[in-house]
Amino acid sequence: MIPAAFDYTVADSADAAIAALAKHGDEAKLLAGGHSLIPLMRFRLAAPAMLVDIGRLDDLSYINDAGDHIAIGAMTKHRALETSDLLAAEAPLLRHVAGEVGDPSVRHCGTLGGSLAHGDPASDLPAALLASGGSLVIKGPNGERVLEAPDFFTGFLETALADDEMVTEIRVPKAGDIGWSYQKFNRRAQDWAIVGAAVMLGPDPKVALVNMGSAPMRHNGVESGLAGGAGLDAASVAGDDVDPPEDLNADAEYRKHLARVLVGRGIAEASG
Amino acid sequence: MEVSMSVNRETRTSDVEPRTLLVHHIRDTLGLTGTNIGCDTSSCGACTIHVNGESVKSCTMLAVQADGTEITTIEGLAGDDGELHPMQAAFMECHGLQCGYCTPGMVMAATSLVSENPGGLDETAVRQGLEGNLCRCTGYHNIVKAVLSVGGMA
Repeated sequence: MIPAAFDYTVADSADAAIAALAKHGDEAKLLAGGHSLIPLMRFRLAAPAMLVDIGRLDDLSYINDAGDHIAIGAMTKHRALETSDLLAAEAPLLRHVAGEVGDPSVRHCGTLGGSLAHGDPASDLPAALLASGGSLVIKGPNGERVLEAPDFFTGFLETALADDEMVTEIRVPKAGDIGWSYQKFNRRAQDWAIVGAAVMLGPDPKVALVNMGSAPMRHNGVESGLAGGAGLDAASVAGDDVDPPEDLNADAEYRKHLARVLVGRGIAEASG
Repeated sequence: MEVSMSVNRETRTSDVEPRTLLVHHIRDTLGLTGTNIGCDTSSCGACTIHVNGESVKSCTMLAVQADGTEITTIEGLAGDDGELHPMQAAFMECHGLQCGYCTPGMVMAATSLVSENPGGLDETAVRQGLEGNLCRCTGYHNIVKAVLSVGGMA
């Protein structure tokens, strides 16, 4: 379907985009790579009256070494992430997961900030950020704030972003030699994960699940098991304390089963 | 609003509604109907074109987003003298098509994939690289053969 009519403006800076958002309130949406928003608009599930195109903000496309973390501009495309030598050395989980999103043509357009701001619980990159212990720099009319990833994802397609705020940067701690894994289960190439699991071991182990609740989530039970030295056994609780969606692909019980299996495989691979 | 883009090495300027999808602009405004529409939801790849040299699904991009870019469609792949692009020739040589509906998108995705992998591709990399392009005839075997004949490992 063709999207409902809207007004369109190109922002030439982050400040200009924020000003446009502030002017139009909840009638406006930012357009980054468009690969989450345009499908929603085509299904008429979203019908913003104003699109603010930030796709030309090249100064928000970068992957930099910032000392103890890697700083990534919000408009950095998945393709740049999956081919980054810096990420290969310092944040290999995020790099790998970027290459699991959609297909190559999608990854030429989709952006990290756009994917995160979309807040889709079935999406790969939020799980990668959660498991990496990452944070987001959010800019609004009154300046910047930094949110840890778990505080950013608040519900189904909902985030902590106010109507007049945008994500400008993503920060990912350097992983060093920490073992990691991403397990994605789907039936067809390029599909969304029916369930996915991102695992980062190390002194403060983190496990994030894809499509196991209304928002991208970490699993505290598995994490405390890992921290307590449970190893592979920590996976046995991956189906506890979750409220997974049900759809044509899987009911809740099957998703819980998948979560246990995938977290187990993830821990095994990350420990290998 | 007015948009201007280079389409197959020719500047094309048009007045479009902001909600016009790039694929509709290419087909309906510019009259280049080689780019097909399949699923309409960025799954099938029939509408794949190049934007600034990279494969993009033109059903999931607005024409206004393409303002100022360089677009190549299947019509622009052959040389000005009509000589087929090596990928087109390989699809012909390897019989990499059956009904032909996916072929323009398949060829555009394949040329982008090969140009991004100058070191050469193996069969797995070709199959994964074309995962976003569906062939409803399931004629993948010869498509992969064609792509490998152009961009395979030496």
